Amino acid sequence: MTAVAMETDAYRASFERFAASARSEPSWLRERRTMAMARFVERGFPGPRDEAWRHTPIAPLVRARFEAADPAARPDADTVEGLGFGSDGPRVVIVNGRFSHMLSSSGPARAGVDILPLGEALARRPELEAHLGVVTGESASVFCDLNTAFAEDGAAVLLAPGTTLEEPIHVAHVQVTDGRPTVAYTRTLVVAGRGSQCRIVESFAGPDERTYLTNAVTEVHVGPNGRVDHYKLQREGREAFHVATLVARLQRDARFADHAISLGAVLSRNDIEVRFEGEGGECVLNGLFLVNGKRLTDTHSRIDHIRPHCSSRELYKGVLDQQARGVFNGLIVVRRGAQKTDAWQTNKNLLLSKDALVHSTPQLEILADDVKCKHGSTTGQIDPAALFYLRSRGIAEAAARSLLTHAFASDLVRRLEVASLREAVERHLQAYLPGGAEIREAVA
Amino acid sequence: MLEIQNLHAKAGDTDVLRGVDLTVRAGEVHAIMGPNGSGKSTLAHVLAGRPGYTVTQGRVLYRGRDLLALAPEERAREGVFLAFQYPVEIPGVSNVYFLKAALNAIRKHRGEPELDAVDFLGIVREKAQLVDIDEALVKRAVNEGFSGGEKKRNEIFQMAVLEPTLAILDETDSGLDIDALRIVASGVNRLRRPERAMVVVTHYQRLLNYIVPDFVHVLVEGRIVRSGGKEMAFELDERGYTWLEKEPAPVGRGQS
Repeated sequence: MTAVAMETDAYRASFERFAASARSEPSWLRERRTMAMARFVERGFPGPRDEAWRHTPIAPLVRARFEAADPAARPDADTVEGLGFGSDGPRVVIVNGRFSHMLSSSGPARAGVDILPLGEALARRPELEAHLGVVTGESASVFCDLNTAFAEDGAAVLLAPGTTLEEPIHVAHVQVTDGRPTVAYTRTLVVAGRGSQCRIVESFAGPDERTYLTNAVTEVHVGPNGRVDHYKLQREGREAFHVATLVARLQRDARFADHAISLGAVLSRNDIEVRFEGEGGECVLNGLFLVNGKRLTDTHSRIDHIRPHCSSRELYKGVLDQQARGVFNGLIVVRRGAQKTDAWQTNKNLLLSKDALVHSTPQLEILADDVKCKHGSTTGQIDPAALFYLRSRGIAEAAARSLLTHAFASDLVRRLEVASLREAVERHLQAYLPGGAEIREAVA
Repeated sequence: MLEIQNLHAKAGDTDVLRGVDLTVRAGEVHAIMGPNGSGKSTLAHVLAGRPGYTVTQGRVLYRGRDLLALAPEERAREGVFLAFQYPVEIPGVSNVYFLKAALNAIRKHRGEPELDAVDFLGIVREKAQLVDIDEALVKRAVNEGFSGGEKKRNEIFQMAVLEPTLAILDETDSGLDIDALRIVASGVNRLRRPERAMVVVTHYQRLLNYIVPDFVHVLVEGRIVRSGGKEMAFELDERGYTWLEKEPAPVGRGQS
């Protein structure tokens, strides 16, 4: 028996125990779990020959024996404080994949807005059968399948048609470990009805110097003429693995934006899929990753223009230092008949050291003939002319480098329209860059 | 203030400066003229410390110190300023605030107290008027989307704020129409001080109608082949540079 088969066996065994446990959940959900597990067993973990994982070695993740994180664990006060919630809006805290009633506060009740523990929502709302695990469908990665098989809870955000929620909804996913390598499966389901509108900020955090795995799936359904702005702040601990799937399905004239900020984890992978299932949809995918040491961050995005007259805008920027690795793979698919598609994709990377490396692969797959598509990718170092210009005025070299690095990242930071999030990222940048505090105000 | 002695320098692998001698004293304005490729800009860059050049012989003393041993930012803090021929656009970096950081670095180096935002913005207002530049413009990102003339004016504005001891103006007139040239030159003239020296690098005599130099030097093939007073510029304008390219002996400084 190969090592890989043994790995899937361990997951299968724990799934059998999990499936046998007495949980009250609808039968459709049980079936979906079983199917997801079957797909995982059939496919196994991806290896180096798997194109989508070619530059992302996951052997350490596959080898580690993760045990389920304690569902009853509580984060300490510092951790909760460090989540950096703004005072604005409802907040949800998911600890080890469980909705924490104690730490969450939905704020005043609002007509048409339901923010619920996912497990409870699935048990009580039969209509969610049409949404959970449907978006992620067949193209799901094995990690997404594992999440479908094992995730018991998380957050559900349900917006009735015509509802607008002004304040952003914060969903913080926290992992609390007891020292053993643990895994938490956490899931967020957003269903925004016709003409509804909201902003969601998901953040991920956990202890430094602990090996753990967060497996997260976020599914977003945006109804006709609806709008969802999704933000993700990934600041897992330095030794953490973070594997996440985001899928958005857009109906006619729907708008969706995702801003992904990746700051933590030793290895992080984001799989993002946007599907235009109606005409006239718009989506924005923005991302910023900041990695150093021997860490790796990987984003695979797929924007599927199924229907005509949709537009997508994607901008990803990476800042890599020391021996860090980055992977960006952005695929835009324009299906036959998706005429008047307007798609634009850019990836820009800044390498701060000679040993940092990024694999950037923008891809277009166009089967329609009346479309406007553009993509590009640049990877470079700090512009020596700009560096000399700043130094020639009296700015020290280290500060000049920080200033230029900050300038590179800042156009994405400025696009974060949730003040508390923008400030958290800004604080991180300043702490990360040498002399960051001194150059603070020189940022245009 | 500035003593350049037998300066030889390479740009990459090419010998560009082949023995430049020049002495500049406080209060003087020296014009360096010469044909394309004569080494004018290289001289300006070497003095400011731009990477990419190798000094192979000679030395440069600035106020008695070895200028070439200093990093670019240390030269700036010691009072050296280069007005760039091609000012760099730096999106995302605020012009005034980077200038505030620069001015405070210089003040700190001199042992002077750092300026707060209010004091600094007072200086910005005053200097913007002095060089006739729109205050809104200087608060934008460094040179981003500026016209050619605006970039050059911004250079002079930065010079006005930083108050250098030695200002090197590299082809500040290039690409300017006559109105822009007049504005830039009058800004420079207002910054002339008895304690400040200027080295004005230019290809055309035209600039020297507005910034009247004390001395004019002609650089040909990396050497100063002729030095004279301001009237020499007119001669160069009429006769061009070719007749000088045969001149033998390099000459140090002007006729004083």
